[in-house]
Amino acid sequence: MVHIKRLQEDGADIIAIVGEIDASSSIELDLAIAKSVGEGYKKILVDCQALEYISSAGLGVFMSYIEELRDKNISFVLFGMKERVLNTFSILGLADLLNIRENKQEAKKLADELSL
Amino acid sequence: MFKTKAIIRLTSLCAAICWVILVFADITVLFSDLKALPPDVPVWLPRVMLDLYVVSLFYYYKFRIERDEGLNFTDLLWKVFATGLIATVISLAVRLVLFLLGSTKLPSNVLFVDFVYQINLALFINFLLAAFTCWKRLILYQKSKWLIRAWLVFELLLLGILLYDSIHVVLSEAISTIAIVITSLLGLVLSANMRWVAYLNFKQKWTSLLLLLLSIFYLVYFLYSVTIWSDQITQQSGAFVNFQSHVFNIALLAFVLTYMSFSFLVVLFNLPTSSVFEQKLEEVVNFQRISQSIQTEQSEESVYNILLESSVSSVFADAAWLEIKGAANEQRLFTYQITEKETKEIHTHLEKHKIKGALDQSSDKTKNLSKHLSSLKSTRFRSLLAFPIKVKDETIGTLALLKELPEGFNKEMTRIVSAFANQAGISIENFRLMEEAFQNARYKEELKIAKTVQQSLLPTRLEQDPDFEISAFSASADEVGGDYYDTLRISDHEIALIIADVSGKGTTAAFHMSQMKGIFHSLAQLGPNPRDFMAKANKALVFCLERGSFISATYFVINTESKKVFYSRAGHCPVLLYKSAKQKSEYLKDKGTALGMVRSHDYRNFVEDNEFTYEPGDVMVLYTDGITEAKNNKSEEFGNERLAEVLQNNAEKSSKEIEESVISTLYKFSGSEDINDDYTSMTVKFR
Repeated sequence: MVHIKRLQEDGADIIAIVGEIDASSSIELDLAIAKSVGEGYKKILVDCQALEYISSAGLGVFMSYIEELRDKNISFVLFGMKERVLNTFSILGLADLLNIRENKQEAKKLADELSL
Repeated sequence: MFKTKAIIRLTSLCAAICWVILVFADITVLFSDLKALPPDVPVWLPRVMLDLYVVSLFYYYKFRIERDEGLNFTDLLWKVFATGLIATVISLAVRLVLFLLGSTKLPSNVLFVDFVYQINLALFINFLLAAFTCWKRLILYQKSKWLIRAWLVFELLLLGILLYDSIHVVLSEAISTIAIVITSLLGLVLSANMRWVAYLNFKQKWTSLLLLLLSIFYLVYFLYSVTIWSDQITQQSGAFVNFQSHVFNIALLAFVLTYMSFSFLVVLFNLPTSSVFEQKLEEVVNFQRISQSIQTEQSEESVYNILLESSVSSVFADAAWLEIKGAANEQRLFTYQITEKETKEIHTHLEKHKIKGALDQSSDKTKNLSKHLSSLKSTRFRSLLAFPIKVKDETIGTLALLKELPEGFNKEMTRIVSAFANQAGISIENFRLMEEAFQNARYKEELKIAKTVQQSLLPTRLEQDPDFEISAFSASADEVGGDYYDTLRISDHEIALIIADVSGKGTTAAFHMSQMKGIFHSLAQLGPNPRDFMAKANKALVFCLERGSFISATYFVINTESKKVFYSRAGHCPVLLYKSAKQKSEYLKDKGTALGMVRSHDYRNFVEDNEFTYEPGDVMVLYTDGITEAKNNKSEEFGNERLAEVLQNNAEKSSKEIEESVISTLYKFSGSEDINDDYTSMTVKFR
């Protein structure tokens, strides 16, 4: 089960994921990102501090947005990942494709730099 | 069958003989009386013969009419009528003969008059008994225990009267009066059983009326002629036994006449309501049609059409429409005698006047909306009735019935159509459930096929070499998985290996897996270095994989000449390697992005070329995340450490044995052999 919250901070949209993301709950993640992109945010941060587990389907969701985000010049940063989750990202090589930072501050900083 | 025929013949013969004896005996008695001589035959003989005649005819008709199942109500009445007609014709023929004889001496002869009288009496009794038997069938049409008993008592009473007549024992006045009163009361009560009338349709009722009227006419005619002759004889002879003194004849006549007149009146008064009864019957038939429509493999559409037709015909609506939200949520409209434009007009009119819950689908109550129509000038309709159609407590549509008359619908009609709508709802629900079951069955069948396909994609035998041995194991959860492994010999000293995991499950996963197999078998034999293999494979796959799905894979080339393994990892689980020299197992650290994730040409930059040298005794374990992510009941993952440990502890064994230890440790850890994921391992032991 997953719980996804969105809140806005300094012009950035922060998507917080609480719980586990598997094949069925990945749809909710997909919806949340699609909404954020659709609403025209140029800075999207994903708060992964409470993300316990992510399956390949969940990773697929992030992956599927990479090109769209690049085309629309949206800076997209994930932060606060637990080691185990980060490991999943790096095994699949998604760590090289996505911007991942340790905490919110760094994530914000990166997002600001990227959007310049 | 033969027996019945024989009995009918026997009884008719018996009746004829009885009658002949009756006539001769009666004439003899009369003759002796006239000449004041002692009669040659006993005085009681004519009476007994009459009784026997009656009994024979009673049984004759019992077998002729009562046992014949093929007769319907009008047929029965027809029998009575026909018997009456024949009797009357014969009687009239006798009269004609009398007329032709004119004023000769013969017609005034008492004996001859008696003969004529006997003919008429026989015909009369014959007619009465035929009617009696028919009435019995009509009265007992809807039998109850009570009714059958009452009838039995009635017949016994009549038999008693018959016997009393012939024995001619004079009982006390009181007893005979009581017997007569009881018989007539019983006869009256029995005559009240007219249920059969309700089952006649309009035309049959008219026929019945005509037949009954003519039968009454015959009866009156006979009563008249028999009375005249008997009076004539009585005047001349004291020994003559008038039929009127025969109580049985009177009772029978009374009963037949009573029931005949009752029937006539009841049929007459039922004439105006016969259409109502026919209507009810039609409703029942319509009801059946709706409920049976699913069994006959008809579609939802036919249920709607039947509902529309039946409702319209049951309440005599001038027009109707049916709005339905279909299984795929599409709106559909079925109309009868009304255009779509008109329905829209009414719709918008009602909406404009903010009439809540009328035709809008959220309403769950039947509504009579006639009063709201009066304000709509453009429509010809003045009455409107709307019914919801529900499936599983959800309103899926509305049935609207229209009439040009104001106040055109009564409560009864509302009730009937409401029942129709409910039945249609049930039929549609059953229909949809059946459809769902079909879909599920088809889906399961598809999965089964996909699973077979997937299993057949895995190799049946693996490349072996003097330098190493390989064993592999793969299992999938209930659903179809996407794990793939394979080997291919490139040359004498080069062997290619692959392990891959397709994201997602089901038929698509099996489909992508087959693509991966195609790519592996075509690319590997060209002998590219692992990084090129990945770059080319990615290029081939990006066009086939849909958004969000990818394949993680590791591709190896084992070179037995240089004792080196070249590999490239694309997002797959890291390689676990046991070095016999260090007696330690560890994961190889390298980088690589899964296939299908990067769609541009620069994918080459996301994968690496790696290599290591192997020595005899080294073990390489390849696996999918189903193994490392398997959980125990505490939700802990099996993890990389446990896997590495198993390998380190069992590295001295053969590849097959190492694999078995990995699997058994995994099962022990998760506490079951039923792991809810696909898991695959490939173990390579160098020698």
